[in-house]
Order: sequence, then structure tokens, then C-alpha cells
Amino acid sequence: MTTTTTETTPVIPLPARAAAALTGLGALATAASAAMAWTWTSDFPGDLTFYGSPAGLQWLALAAGLLTLVVLLGSQGVPGLRWATPAGSNNAVLYAATGTLAVSVYSVASIAVELDGLVNLEPGGWVLAAGGLITVLGALGLPLDRRTAVPLRIVDKRLFLLVPAAPLVWFGTHAIPEDKPVAPVLTALAGGVAIATGAVLLVQLGHLANTWLRLGKIERPLDAPRALPSWVEVLVIIVAFGLGLFAITFGIDTEYGELFIGCLLFAGPTLAALTKSGLIARLRALTVKHRPVTTGAAFAAAASFPFTQSSDQYTSVATNILIFATVALGLNIVVGLAGLLDLGYVAFLGVGAYSAALVSGSPASPIHVQFPFWAAMLTGAAVSMIFGVIIGAPTLRLRGDYLAIVTLGFGEIFRITMLNLNGTTGPKVTNGSNGIPRIPDLEIFGFDLGKPHTVAGIELGRFSNYYLLMLLVTAVVVLIFARVGNSRIGRAWVAIREDETAAEAMGINGFRLKLLAFALGACLAGLAGTVQAHVSYTVTPDQYTFAEALPPNSAFLLAAVILGGMGTISGPLAGATLLFLIPKKLEFLADYQLLAFGAALIVLMRVRPEGLIPNRRQQLEFHEAAIPAQPTGEPTALTKAGA
Amino acid sequence: MTTTAAPLLEVTGVTMRFGGLTAVNDVSLTVGEGEIIGLIGPNGAGKTTFFNCLTGLYVPTEGTVRYRDVQLPPKPHLVTQAGIARTFQNIRLFANMTVLENVLVGRHTRTKEGIFSAILRGPGYHRAEAESRAKAMELLEFTGLADKAEHLARNLPYGEQRKLEIARALASDPGLLLLDEPTAGMNPQETRAAEELVFAIRDKGISILVIEHDMRFIFNLCDRTAVLVQGQKIVEGDRETVQNDERVITAYLGAPLEEAAPAAEGTTPAAPEDTK
Repeated sequence: MTTTTTETTPVIPLPARAAAALTGLGALATAASAAMAWTWTSDFPGDLTFYGSPAGLQWLALAAGLLTLVVLLGSQGVPGLRWATPAGSNNAVLYAATGTLAVSVYSVASIAVELDGLVNLEPGGWVLAAGGLITVLGALGLPLDRRTAVPLRIVDKRLFLLVPAAPLVWFGTHAIPEDKPVAPVLTALAGGVAIATGAVLLVQLGHLANTWLRLGKIERPLDAPRALPSWVEVLVIIVAFGLGLFAITFGIDTEYGELFIGCLLFAGPTLAALTKSGLIARLRALTVKHRPVTTGAAFAAAASFPFTQSSDQYTSVATNILIFATVALGLNIVVGLAGLLDLGYVAFLGVGAYSAALVSGSPASPIHVQFPFWAAMLTGAAVSMIFGVIIGAPTLRLRGDYLAIVTLGFGEIFRITMLNLNGTTGPKVTNGSNGIPRIPDLEIFGFDLGKPHTVAGIELGRFSNYYLLMLLVTAVVVLIFARVGNSRIGRAWVAIREDETAAEAMGINGFRLKLLAFALGACLAGLAGTVQAHVSYTVTPDQYTFAEALPPNSAFLLAAVILGGMGTISGPLAGATLLFLIPKKLEFLADYQLLAFGAALIVLMRVRPEGLIPNRRQQLEFHEAAIPAQPTGEPTALTKAGA
Repeated sequence: MTTTAAPLLEVTGVTMRFGGLTAVNDVSLTVGEGEIIGLIGPNGAGKTTFFNCLTGLYVPTEGTVRYRDVQLPPKPHLVTQAGIARTFQNIRLFANMTVLENVLVGRHTRTKEGIFSAILRGPGYHRAEAESRAKAMELLEFTGLADKAEHLARNLPYGEQRKLEIARALASDPGLLLLDEPTAGMNPQETRAAEELVFAIRDKGISILVIEHDMRFIFNLCDRTAVLVQGQKIVEGDRETVQNDERVITAYLGAPLEEAAPAAEGTTPAAPEDTK
């Protein structure tokens, strides 16, 4: 590989001033179009027919336009806005502009598709489309950080055979009468080939774009941030978390799938733009400096979510996200810290839920007792932990793939056992597939979580109560994870993950510590399970499968951990939120829901293999290899070690 | 300084068989308090296998290993707890942990804080953690890695990775340190520095058993040297004894065709060094 050299040039040769003006104009136009009607009919979700009152997608356009404008002005050095781009790279403008283009193209396209044709666009829609295009064209004319040369990569040439194959299979499908038994097989084949062809062409298009754009990264020394009074810094953190809460609330509250996709399309490039601009780095430095404030602000932002909601519709979603995220965090101890691949983890959530259901006083429970809340919680956590030890003790002697296979089996054994304890094929404990219904609502110190309560003039419904309770559980789990992860025990786990033989040679009892990780993970999942049982009224075996279209299940939990970032706290929380929302909001795609979800996962993992919020170790792990021959002056340790 | 009292480590008749292959055959060895013992032999002679038998990684087919008059249990972590620490021939650091964390992992057996103490974070926890950190920093200071405490282990240059492995092993307060080719792949200056490090460790009162191919290193350091050939210990003694032993010369250079002239003093056994 040649060493990468970089330059600062525009992609489209334009005078710098003109390019900046063009970008600004486009961004302004996009933002302004939000105040215009995009379409004449209210058939499109969100009713985009009014002048002067933005709705749905129009808010996104407004936000995208304004953001691009701010980043642009910041990078142009306009006084008062220079804080927006401390890294001083115009690439941030390009990413923000891409977000604008994505929102505008997506809006126009979805209007055209859903209402049949571009004729349904009002002038506002045209302004939007033009604005998005002009913004990106202008941004491409700005002097960008680029590599001097990027050789064109071609995907494996044999894959191009798919391109002629696709029409052939399509014709073949149509030539065969539909009543022939092979017809559905051929249809499926044609679909598969079409998707594969599309993917190949897309990847090649990406390579072409990469060669043309040659976007690179130039390390500029980040100016030392201006010394701010510490209360201002704290205020900045609080504002940032407020914005974060607002963004997540907006995402959860999206009433129709179109808007959610728009959100995702906007969020991706926007995050990239903020990272490039250096704002994220600045914020991270601040959060490190004021860690207690940050933790408090994050907790407060999460706690204030129910107060922003007028109905229980989305607090129930948020409660389930929290349950899912908490379990993912528990799994992160097992997978992320100790490096044990557990494919049956959802069983522990199930054990906790079933234990809580059995002692909840539900009329369907064979044990006619009603434990107080705290005792039920402890029971669930303890029983789950015991199961963790029982399952872990024989299996943890296995390593790697074998452990994964065995845990996968145990996850299924749990579900099938719960099915069979129904009174006919086994003792009557769980009512088999009917599960344990009518689990009463919790009552904590006379506070009935099932009834709405009014706090500070805002009515908090049943799910809001459970949300707040679950938030407490999440906080406890976060605390445990943080403290144990950064201790003698946590270090031993990471050592086992890194090299078990060396860890044992350092005096670590590998089996005992792995069992401890397994038991603690199970205990935390059980804790979440006790709340889940009450939130969902009913516990049934099919809630705890290996893979399903909707979380929580073992596959999704693992995906949340890996997608979010292994070994971190915020990673699985973010990953779980995304993994819960994406399938939920893609329900309008019906049959294509899982396909779209899979595609989204592939894209995410391709772009960020280390996870959304990686820990610093993994970031190095994945991105050091990508820059092989950078003359950084650091001695090449790895090549010598390999010799 | 030699063995007057009971030896620190006493290996008697250790044999390790893998199926039909006898990797180590009836090897006995003693290491006294404060001694540096060398273990040399051609590649494949069974040196590392012998180490693995000592540290519990392998359970020897026959024979016993006694440390401070106690028979060692065949579990690596218990061996470390008893007081024998080791390094590896191919460096086995915890690559994605920082230098300091690597050494802190080495403290594992000498600290007690469990999971509840970690969650509750009482004063005892903070004290133990601070002690561990101080001890670890002291060891990094000792090996000259203190200014790299926050680097990832994988980013260290090769020589420093070797040093870090030694620091990590020392963190468990061993009475005996087993070094498996500590200077492999090092240049002469680094080897000199390693020699000094080994002497410094011995001056702390820690006995050392070292596998090496670098003869100058071995003969500079070791009070006694044992030669392992095809799993068998053929000779043990000081520099002269080993260098003049016919069987050692044969093992390294092959048997002479005819009546060979006696080996030229001092140079012959050093031949493998030249090939490096």
C-alpha cells in the first residue's frame, strides 16, 4: 500500500466564495421550504399542505437546513459561530449537506411514490428538492480534505454475472405457468437474484463514488477550547442532553414509518457531520471533565421523558426499550467483558419474569402467594442467578463456538420446559403455552403503579410509572456494571477475554470468574424480568425465543451489544434503543420488514464495525489496521512481533 | 549462596508423554534460593513443555514438582498463587488492556476484593486498589515502563512488550520466576538491558529459571545451566562443564564423522548464537 497523502481541494472546481454562497443558498431554501406546502393533498401522512406551519418531515428539512447553515458559517469563520466547527474541516459541511439532500430526496420520493407521481408536489416540494441538490453541489465545491489518489476498487468480477442473470431468471419465472409447483420456488429465486444484483451494483457504485470523492482525513491540531466558566460547561452538557432527549423523543414519537425513516436518514449524516466538525470530541472532553454532572444529566433527561408525553402510547415503547436495554447491558458483562458468547441469554430474562409471575399473586399461579415488590424482585434475581450457575457450571468448561452452541441449546430448553410444565406433559406450574396471565400491578409503599398519578400537573399513566421504576433498575444495573467492570474482577474478566491461558498463568481462576460473570449477568437479566412480568401482564414461553421479528430475544440482545459497542455502558443502551425502534417503526413495510432491518444492520456494521459507541480499545483495534503505513514515528511493534 | 537449605524448587523425575511421544523424559532439577538457572537445548528439546509441566499448564505423566517443600497442584492459577510466575515464549500480553492494567491483572492473586466489595466501594476497596496501583507503578518504574502506563499493551514496541510481560509476572510477588526466551528477537543492546533486568530481579531475592538460545546471555547470567536434548537432561553444571561436554557439542553440531579434535575452548557451544 502506498502511504496516503492528502490535499485540500474541491471535488467540483468552483471558486470558494461561490461554493459557500451556493451551499448557504441551498440550505436556506431547504429550511424555507419547511414553511411552504409540499403537496396539495392531506393523503400523505403528516398533512404537509399548509403554508407557515411545518409538520412531520418538514421539521426535519428545517433542522437539516439550519444545521448545514450553522456548520457552513462556522467553517467560514463567521464570528460567533466558530464554536460550531472546532476541527476546521469542510467535510463537516459536506456531511451536513448530505443529510439535507437525504431528507429532501427522501421526502420528495416518498410523496411521489405514495401519491403516484411528481405532479402531486406543490411549489414547496420543488423548492425542497432544488434546495437539497444545490446544498450538496455547493458543498462539493468547498475545499475538502481529500486523499490525492484512490485506486478504483472493483468487486469480484464474477459477481457481475448476476446482472445478466437477473433478467433471465425474471423471464424464466414469467414463462412458467403459475400453477406449476416450481413457480413459487422460481419467484423466490428471482427475488433473491434481484436483491443480490442490486446489492452488487450498489457496492460498486459506492467504490466509484469513493474514487471520485476521495474523501480523506487531515489531522489538524484542535485548538485548545476557550476557557469557559465551569457553570457554562455544565450548562452546555445539560443543553446537549436536553437536545439528545428531544431527538430520541422525536424518534420514538414518530407516528408513521415514513417519518421514522426520514429521521434515520437525517440522523446518520448529522452524526457524521458533528463528529467531523469536532463538536462531539469537544462534548466528550466536557463530559469526561464533569462526569457526575453528565451522569446526572443523562439520568434526568431519561427521567423527564414521561413528562413530555401526553398519552401512554409511547411510554410503553420506552418502557420496553429500557427493559431490553437493561438486559443487553447484563449480557454485555458476559459477552463484552468476559468474552463468553451466550446465545441463550433471554432465558434468564424469562426465569426472572416467571419467578416474579409465580409469586405475584396471579390467580393462574399455582403458588398462591403475593410477595411484596422488593421480595419478588429479589426472588426473580436470585432464582435467575441460581439458574445461571446451574447452566454455567457444566458449560463454561467449553470455549468459544462450543459454548455458543450449548447456550443456544439451553435457551431453547428453557422455553420448551416452560411449555411442558402445563399439567398434561409435566407438573402444572406454568400453564404451558397459555402462560401466566393477569399478573396484578405492583404496589410499592401504597403507590399503585397501575393507576395514573398526577405529578406537577402532568398525568403519568401506568406505563410512565413502570418506566420510572424500570429507569431505577437500569440505573442500578449501570452502577453495578460500571463499578464491577472497573475493578479487580472486571480486569480479570477482560484478561480472560484477551487470553485465557495467560490469565490463568497470572493466577486468575478462569472457571470461577467465568461462572461469576455468567451468574451476575443472569442475575441482572432476572432483575429486569421481574419488572417485565408486571409491565406485560402476562408471561408466556414464546416471549423468550432465540430469534424473532421483535425484541427482546437472544439474537437481538447479542446484536444490541455488538452494534452498540462491546464492553461499554452507553453502547448497548444505544444499540438496544435502535434495535427496538427500527423493527417497530418498519412495521409498515410488512413483508419486507425483516429484509429492510437486515439491510440496516449490514450497513451499520459495515460503517462502524466497532459499534456505535466503541470503547477506546476497540476503536484502536478496528481502525489501526485500516491505516497500515502511516509514518507516525511509532515503532512498528506488530511486524517485529510477528517475525 | 548455593543450596545449603532445602531447595526452592525441586523437580524429580518429570516425564511428559503425548500419546507415543515422550516430550520430557525423567528430568530432575533443583533451583535454590536466589539462584539463576539456565535451561538450554536445541529447538524441540522439550524446554517449553518442561516449563508447562512446572506451571500446571500440563499435568506431568510422571514425577513430582515441589515448591518450598509443598507439592504443586496441577492448576496454573494455584501454581501462581503458590509463588511461581512465568512469561511466555511468544508474548502473551492482554493486548487490548493498558500497560498498567496488565500489571494490575498480575496482582490478582495477591488481592482479595470480591464482587460485593467492588459494588459497594467501601474504604477497604479503595485502600486495596490504591495499594495495587502503587505496587504496579513501582514495577513499571523498575522495568522502565512508567511513562507508558496508559498506553495499550499492543502499541508497545517489541522489547518493551517483553519487559511488560516480566513486570506482569513480578506483580504476583513470586519467589521463582520462569522466563521463556526473554531475549528472543532482541538486538544486542536490548539483550544487555535484559541481562541487567534479570540481575536486578535476582537482587530482589527472586530465583530465576530461564530458557534461552543466546549462549552469551546464559553464561553471563546463570549460576548453573542444564542442557535438555530430546526431552532428556544430559548435563547440568557451570559454564565449563557444559561447554566441554561431548554430548552437548554433538547435540548442537552433530556427531563428528571421524575422531574429531576436542572442541575449541568456549566457541563451539556458542555456535547457535551465530546463526541468529
